[in-house]
Amino acid sequence: MTEVTSFRNNPLIDPHLEIWEWQIPGYLFLGGLVAGLMILNGVWRLFYSDKEGRSITRNGAVAAPVLLSLGMFLLFLDLSYKIHVFRFYTTFNPASPMSWGSWILLLVYPVQILTLALPGGIERFGWRFSFLNPLWDKIKIYAERYNVAVSTSNIVLGIGLGIYTGILLAVNAARPLWNVSLLGPLFLVSGLSAASAWNLLARPNDAEKKLLVRWDIGLLGIELIFLMLIIIELSTGPIGKQAAAGLFLGGNYTASFWVFIVGLGILLPLWLEIREAIGRYVPHWLGPLLVLGGGLALRIVFVYAGQISSMPEITLFR
Amino acid sequence: MARYAMVIDTKRCVGCHACVITCYMENNVPEGFTRDWIVEVVEGEFPDLRSEIRTERCNHCENPPCVFVCPCGASYKDKDTGIVLVHHDKCSGCKACIAACPYDARFINPIGYADKCTFCDHRVKLGKTTACAQTCPTSAINFGNLDDPASKLHKLMNGRIVKTMKPEAGTGPNIFYLL
Repeated sequence: MTEVTSFRNNPLIDPHLEIWEWQIPGYLFLGGLVAGLMILNGVWRLFYSDKEGRSITRNGAVAAPVLLSLGMFLLFLDLSYKIHVFRFYTTFNPASPMSWGSWILLLVYPVQILTLALPGGIERFGWRFSFLNPLWDKIKIYAERYNVAVSTSNIVLGIGLGIYTGILLAVNAARPLWNVSLLGPLFLVSGLSAASAWNLLARPNDAEKKLLVRWDIGLLGIELIFLMLIIIELSTGPIGKQAAAGLFLGGNYTASFWVFIVGLGILLPLWLEIREAIGRYVPHWLGPLLVLGGGLALRIVFVYAGQISSMPEITLFR
Repeated sequence: MARYAMVIDTKRCVGCHACVITCYMENNVPEGFTRDWIVEVVEGEFPDLRSEIRTERCNHCENPPCVFVCPCGASYKDKDTGIVLVHHDKCSGCKACIAACPYDARFINPIGYADKCTFCDHRVKLGKTTACAQTCPTSAINFGNLDDPASKLHKLMNGRIVKTMKPEAGTGPNIFYLL
């Protein structure tokens, strides 16, 4: 029997961390979604240039900067010293994923504007913003000249942004649940899957719909494999990681993990989309909506459960 | 660079909380928060019980994860003393350092910045010891420079079993506990 009594009772720290609440999962979800939208846009433009796009090249591209701004606003809401938000941009710390992320976010906006100026994006602005059209025409010429570079930047920055949302948590060795090598790739794949789902809801044309459903089936399968590999890594790791795995295998987060992430977020939409791919009727909105909900649930569960997991004190007297 | 460290004798510590109170007064710690605290551990089965009382705080690690993850450059290791500190005017309150600390030694000050033990760096610069070490009635807390061969810390650790907290974290803590 070991009984540890700590007289520390700092708010947000004890009895376990509660430093990151709903804003951070929301930010990580939106960041991943935007990363996915950028990658899909770049891939479509580079490898499917013979096909006409609508959802991926226009609707998704218009949504991306709006969703990203919303995500950054959530991040701002989380800061406890909001007046110092500018401090992210007065330095660059190469060892800090959050520093990388904040600078990547800054690079993403100009690329997204150039992406919107590519053919299939925004042609002209309506009368309310018609004063922007002369400038927009110049941006369009520039974007079209560097079409391949803009599309490639979408993929590269999208991968960076998507992986960053997972690495942000994974670098914390102090929190065994987060400290797994596959968390970055998992969040990237989940972001891509969420982006496919978003595009499926954003009035895709037939060519897009066919490909998006196939991609999403593959992405959901990979996500499931990654999740299972993470469970294996945790349950076969040192005692802290085993305790972290226990959170999903009988502990506090078992129901939310298996029901909302695995069941409703992956398996059910996977089944629905496979039915759709083989030509059976399913409500076209149901699968994508479940995928988006599952992506959000993934971030919520990992952010909250990770704050409960900590490195145990293994040796007390020797 | 000096390497300031603390050697805490768990056989001397009686858990009187004098170090906690003096830290409040010396560093103007906000009400409801604490930069150092007492931990009591009881292990074994009755009647074969063993207990340990110790005082904990920021470990001022050699390899501080809080400094590595800070996106604003607010957390830093002082070049002259090796003490891990926070520039209050650079901190954005993102809490990345709190998530990174295996010892949960940091907290968010009500003003908004990350706060923690400073090893009383304002006193160290004047050649004094920390407030907690000076106050400790049983001399359980000892502060000094490990790079100084004549430091009493070496003498205290000589012949004793010494442990650091969570060595598996690889942070290289600079607080040593004598068992």
